[in-house]
Amino acid sequence: MADTDTALMPPKPGFFDRNRDTLLRTLIPICVVVCLVLLWQFIITVNSIPQYILPGPLAVANSLYNDWGTLSPALWVTTQITMQALALALIGGVGIAVFLIQSKWIETAFYPITVILQVTPIVAIAPLILIYAPTTQVALLICAFLVAFFPILSNMVQGLKSVDHNLLNLFDLYGASRWQTLLYLKLPSSLPYFMTGLRIGGGLALIAAVVAEFAAGSAGAGSGLAFRLLESQYRLNIPRLFAALILLSLLGVVIFAITSFISWFFLHRWHESSLKREN
Amino acid sequence: MSMSQAPLIPAPGETRRRPLVVMHSVSKMFSSGTLALSDMSLTVEGGEFVSLLGPSGCGKSTALRIIAGLGDVSTGTIDWPSSRINSKGLPEGDISFVFQEPTLMPWQTVFGNVYLPLKLRGVSKSAARDEIMKTLATVGLQDFADAYPRELSGGMKMRVSIARALVTKPKLLLMDEPFAALDEITRQKLNDDVLRLWRETGITVIFVTHSVFESAYLSNRIVVMKARPGRVHADFPLVTSLERDARYRTSEEYRQACEKVSTMLIEAIGGEEH
Repeated sequence: MADTDTALMPPKPGFFDRNRDTLLRTLIPICVVVCLVLLWQFIITVNSIPQYILPGPLAVANSLYNDWGTLSPALWVTTQITMQALALALIGGVGIAVFLIQSKWIETAFYPITVILQVTPIVAIAPLILIYAPTTQVALLICAFLVAFFPILSNMVQGLKSVDHNLLNLFDLYGASRWQTLLYLKLPSSLPYFMTGLRIGGGLALIAAVVAEFAAGSAGAGSGLAFRLLESQYRLNIPRLFAALILLSLLGVVIFAITSFISWFFLHRWHESSLKREN
Repeated sequence: MSMSQAPLIPAPGETRRRPLVVMHSVSKMFSSGTLALSDMSLTVEGGEFVSLLGPSGCGKSTALRIIAGLGDVSTGTIDWPSSRINSKGLPEGDISFVFQEPTLMPWQTVFGNVYLPLKLRGVSKSAARDEIMKTLATVGLQDFADAYPRELSGGMKMRVSIARALVTKPKLLLMDEPFAALDEITRQKLNDDVLRLWRETGITVIFVTHSVFESAYLSNRIVVMKARPGRVHADFPLVTSLERDARYRTSEEYRQACEKVSTMLIEAIGGEEH
């Protein structure tokens, strides 16, 4: 019996077969990046392009290593501003969204103001914020906050309003209080919308932190990666400019990975967006 | 599961039970100006299984929602002679509602969904656990407490919805076309389950349906409704000598009941002004 059973079963997949998808998914992009970097170095060497026009990957790596003392504090400053702005945007966005949905009148009265704040280009308000804010750091934080805040707000408003009407009826039927309905129904049901807001807001917070620093032009101890970029450009230290750029990209990638993970972590058990199709 | 086979369906004229809910000439006008219900009066007594049957637009769902307190009446009153009334005029804790869709919270497990009505009353999870597991067992889902709704079939989701409605031990269960979206076999199975729960618990059921066969199989009283405006066309008891089970489905008595209900429904539809 046992023999025929195993004979009828398809062979058990080995380690490579089971993880083939994951392995390929990881290996292919890495190969592509390595090839591009090699191609880059090759072009630089063959055409002997000078470093102040386009540095090769070796020069950039060199600069990344040698200038780490200058670049790492800047990376830390930018990371801090981005994260603080994102945290404030999350609190503010969710808080104001909850406030807006309390009544039709409140929404009618206040939503346009948030839209105006959003559509005004951040670079245009930056000089004003610089005047009013006590320090440059605070000014940067406000700029980054204003940009990251809106997608979280609008997603949350949308999510809080998209609650299943029958579930709302059910909560009414069981005599749920306003607070219970918010806590047990509206907030959990808008979680997927919140996660979308978080992913967009995370990316935008970094962009806004960089743009605001360009506009503010802060220098000295508290300067971030954006200032180091400008400084390297003035000094024609192009390898360092590239190094700063790479750090910014890496920071962006890390933020994207973290927000995506948070989203997956909270949604994968129940939401369609995180489910694998089984067929 | 053992259960008493004593006929719980009282014959007409047998000891009158206390009315549970009384609708006095209730009318409902929607804000669009549609008259959804016109002068509807209905008295439902404890232990009855009443089906509201009629074509779409006859106001049967509207009537059910009004009884549940989901939406106000335009004129008329609803009384609860044997219940304690809360500030909203509703008998709190005495009614449960099963919607056409399972209406489960996808982010909660089966356990969490059934726990909801108790959670809203402030019952702690540990205090509610036994009751929840017992209720899940009555619908055959005791092994699925930790599953998420997306992992369940349509029929199982509906069972969760029924368990959630029963966990508060309500006096009145309102069901709004609960099995309309299910396949015939699942629907028959769930019909049997609802009948069994009705017999075991002595709960009163008001069941909205557009299926003649379903209403004839389940109810011991049928209210046929007419559309435009929604009103009661006929209201009659349906008493059988047989136990309602698989044999009943193929019996002559069931066939006759279906015929009677069908005739009434055709009358109700035919009498419509187009």
